[in-house]
Amino acid sequence: MTLDAKIPDGPLEKKWDTHRFNLKLVNPSNKRKYHIIVVGTGLAGASAAASLAELGYRVTSLCYHESPRRAHSIAAQGGINAPKNYPNDDDSIWRLFYDTVKGGDFRAREANVYRLAQVSGSIIDQCVAQGVPFAREYGGLLDNRSFGGAQVSRTFYARGQTGQQLLLGAYSALSRQIHKGQVKFYDRRDMMDLVVIDGQARGVIVRNMINGELETYIGDAVILATGGYGNVFYLSTNAKQSNATAIWRAHKKGAFFANPCFTQIHPTCIPLASEHQSKLTLMSESLRNDGRIWVPKQKGDKRSPKDIPMEERDYYLERLYPSFGNLVPRDVASRRAKEVCDQGRGVGSTGLAVYLDFADAIARNGKQWVEEKYGNLFDMYQRITGENAYQTPMRIYPAVHYTMGGLWVDYNLMSTIPGMFVLGEANFSDHGANRLGASALMQGLADGYFVIPYTIGDYLATNKFKPVKEDHEAFTESKKAISEKTEQLMSAQGKRTVDDLHKELGKILWEHVGMARNEAGLKKAISMITALRKQFWSDVRIPGKANDLNPELEKAHRVADFMELGEMIARDALHREESCGCHLREEYQTDENEAKRNDKKFAYVAAWEFGGTGKAPKLHKEALKFENVHLTQRSYK
Amino acid sequence: MNFTLKVWRQKNRNSEGRFESYTATNITPDMSFLEMLDAVNHDLVEKNQEPIAFDHDCREGICGSCGMFIKGRAHGPQKGGAACQLHMRSFVDGDLITVEPFRAQAFPVIKDLIIDRTAFDRIMQAGGFVSVNTGGVPDANAIPIPKTIADEAFSAAACIGCGACVAACKNASASLFVAAKVSQLALLPQGQQERKERVEAMLAQMDKEGFGSCSNTYACEAECPKEISVSNIARMNREYLKAALG
Ligand SMILES: Cc1cc2nc3c(=O)[nH]c(=O)nc-3n(C[C@H](O)[C@H](O)[C@H](O)COP(=O)(O)OP(=O)(O)OC[C@H]3O[C@@H](n4cnc5c(N)ncnc54)[C@H](O)[C@@H]3O)c2cc1C
Ligand code: SF4
Ligand code: FES
Repeated sequence: MTLDAKIPDGPLEKKWDTHRFNLKLVNPSNKRKYHIIVVGTGLAGASAAASLAELGYRVTSLCYHESPRRAHSIAAQGGINAPKNYPNDDDSIWRLFYDTVKGGDFRAREANVYRLAQVSGSIIDQCVAQGVPFAREYGGLLDNRSFGGAQVSRTFYARGQTGQQLLLGAYSALSRQIHKGQVKFYDRRDMMDLVVIDGQARGVIVRNMINGELETYIGDAVILATGGYGNVFYLSTNAKQSNATAIWRAHKKGAFFANPCFTQIHPTCIPLASEHQSKLTLMSESLRNDGRIWVPKQKGDKRSPKDIPMEERDYYLERLYPSFGNLVPRDVASRRAKEVCDQGRGVGSTGLAVYLDFADAIARNGKQWVEEKYGNLFDMYQRITGENAYQTPMRIYPAVHYTMGGLWVDYNLMSTIPGMFVLGEANFSDHGANRLGASALMQGLADGYFVIPYTIGDYLATNKFKPVKEDHEAFTESKKAISEKTEQLMSAQGKRTVDDLHKELGKILWEHVGMARNEAGLKKAISMITALRKQFWSDVRIPGKANDLNPELEKAHRVADFMELGEMIARDALHREESCGCHLREEYQTDENEAKRNDKKFAYVAAWEFGGTGKAPKLHKEALKFENVHLTQRSYK
Repeated sequence: MNFTLKVWRQKNRNSEGRFESYTATNITPDMSFLEMLDAVNHDLVEKNQEPIAFDHDCREGICGSCGMFIKGRAHGPQKGGAACQLHMRSFVDGDLITVEPFRAQAFPVIKDLIIDRTAFDRIMQAGGFVSVNTGGVPDANAIPIPKTIADEAFSAAACIGCGACVAACKNASASLFVAAKVSQLALLPQGQQERKERVEAMLAQMDKEGFGSCSNTYACEAECPKEISVSNIARMNREYLKAALG
């Protein structure tokens, strides 16, 4: 199979418009004849379900949460980008496009990124119309701030709760359609499988999480908007139940998985305090606008920060990158933090932390000013660490945060399975090897509000759909396979909890497939994960019953998939013999320890085809063509 | 630290529940309340007993999943935080801690500490939105909003839909939750067109779901993890009166 990204011809600026004009339309009165299943109600899923229903399609929406509003998107703090150029600092669609391609270290598709930049302005308009209370200036107009990797202020925000406000906006649009009966919503449903009939995605099997029953949902197209897979590492900033099961099971049904090793490690998180910790907490990187990052110059300097004089501090990002300073992209900031800690200059009890200091900002603008901008983040920090960051610098350390990799999709957001579309963090589309801050919310909403409503119409209009019923053998076989898997998990009756096994997987990945990777470590990780996977199936213990609300069983299904995905992440990292963005292979660095790409060999998307559990997946390459930007070594000096 | 827990266990919606005692041992002060429950559950699984079921996801006080009654208070002994943001350093070593689900007729227990709060969603569906479709809206800056108004609307919009206000109220009223949304949209120019219909529809749905009425005890505000102000209830009442007067 050759991968066709279906990128339209013509100049970059015209591609999306030309493409939209060429897409076939579904006649308004015919739309109600089509039934679309949308899995996930985060920004991508809720915006898609609402927008498709508004157009007249019949929509089934489901998610594992009790309410659509609880999706992981709710936790996004910092903001959402759009090059409105309201601050008059010379922003433009082109500049956002360029920043994103460069920030992604030239491993994203030009055409997708340009489209994203083009529609991003409409997202802000849409959200404001819904009543999203973005931050404003005294004159009543919208306020913007700058975010990592950009030299302009293009980030719209709602205090430190931007994701919440955007999701509640999309949720309100979805609620309106549910009320009208245009969307049928099912809560506490865990997707277990994708069902493909005659080569088309025609439905999903879900587990009703209250009674354990397997249910069948049939549609003419299926949209997965199930979020990222950062939790494969066990500890991450993602919500505890974020998982890869929906996309992984679709992968096993034929959807290629692209760039799985591109996982983002966020520089500003609260450091791990103890072994019991269940997740890591992000401190929005907007803090880097006003906080200064430093460590002591001396190794093992255990003095309290206030006793370390200015000349004995190393503001290493400002030193290394005079023009971007503390605002370098995430991958660079994370790697440098690891480097100074590896040198023995880390702070705090574990030595795995660096300072983020607001003393200068407070001296310059006053405490109240800092409180207005970041108050809730300071509160959150205090709640977790018991420390007051107005008085002593915050301690931060990198943590797994976001996955740029995901299911491969073409320009229409369709996967390699016809009729299955993938939106939001679940797809691989727009961020290349590193995502810039405030760009995930933008992408999720772009996909849901402004891309899928057009592209899905073309698929529906140009394909025929045979009527299928629940008793179709594809559904019954899929149910049978899931029941067998459940039975196998329940009957293992081993000695270890799901969490124990998951933690062990996470440690292997963090150690060998984390911020710095090398050939020997990756090979070791693969064999360790293979062994752990075997152990998982024989040694896991799940109490309770399968036909009941059973959180241990829910986790076990997810971790079973993480065990397979983890191995693929390591394989992908091993095959990519270059460094790019977040993927640092220690063998491939410049003299200044920056990521060294190999554009001749690796300017492609690595799309993996499932080869069977424990078997090597098959690699397909989608070559990336750069016709509008010049490939350069990223420099933030 | 060590604790004795008295936890509400209930098999399902239709069965009777009861308190069971557990001990939580080797707990450290930096652990969150949910991490303490994780540790207890870990021990239960090792003994092949069913762990305590509770809702949770973000574990940073924003998704609204983790509501439970801890030591007789919604979200436990702290101000302005959800159960997941409560740390064991807030307790004294050796404490007896009771843990039960949020209780209200409109929030049936599903299992142990997990309750069904979909009544909140149905109230939102009744009117908690601005009727705009995707596309065809004006430029964002075409709708200027004074900063003070925008900030006030934001403060109301910060509600996480956890249900603590209902659980804390002796009448099990959902007034604070409903008022937060009504207020947000009543303050903003975008919400003006449907102002009257919205408050009527949402309040009608609230009654239909079996929530009680507000008798101004302000227990809701005291327990709200987002410190949503009761002044929103007053605003909602004004909105309702205005709507009733035409
Ligand atoms: C702490 C934090 C802060 C962030 N801050 C920012 C920021 O400031 N700016 C920014 O741009 N980005 C930010 N991000 C990234 C951004 O929030 C996410 O990438 C984005 O919200 C993902 O949205 P989504 O719609 O793709 O998926 P999600 O919001 O993760 O939603 C997934 C949905 O799928 C459902 N689901 C998943 N699996 C299944 C299954 N098997 N069966 C049924 N349903 C399922 C879930 O119930 C949920 O409804 C942040 C991320 C984190 C972790
Ligand atoms: S008003 Fe407060 S207590 Fe009530 S649901 Fe909202 S956040 Fe929870
Ligand atoms: S788990 Fe999300 S608010 Fe507590």
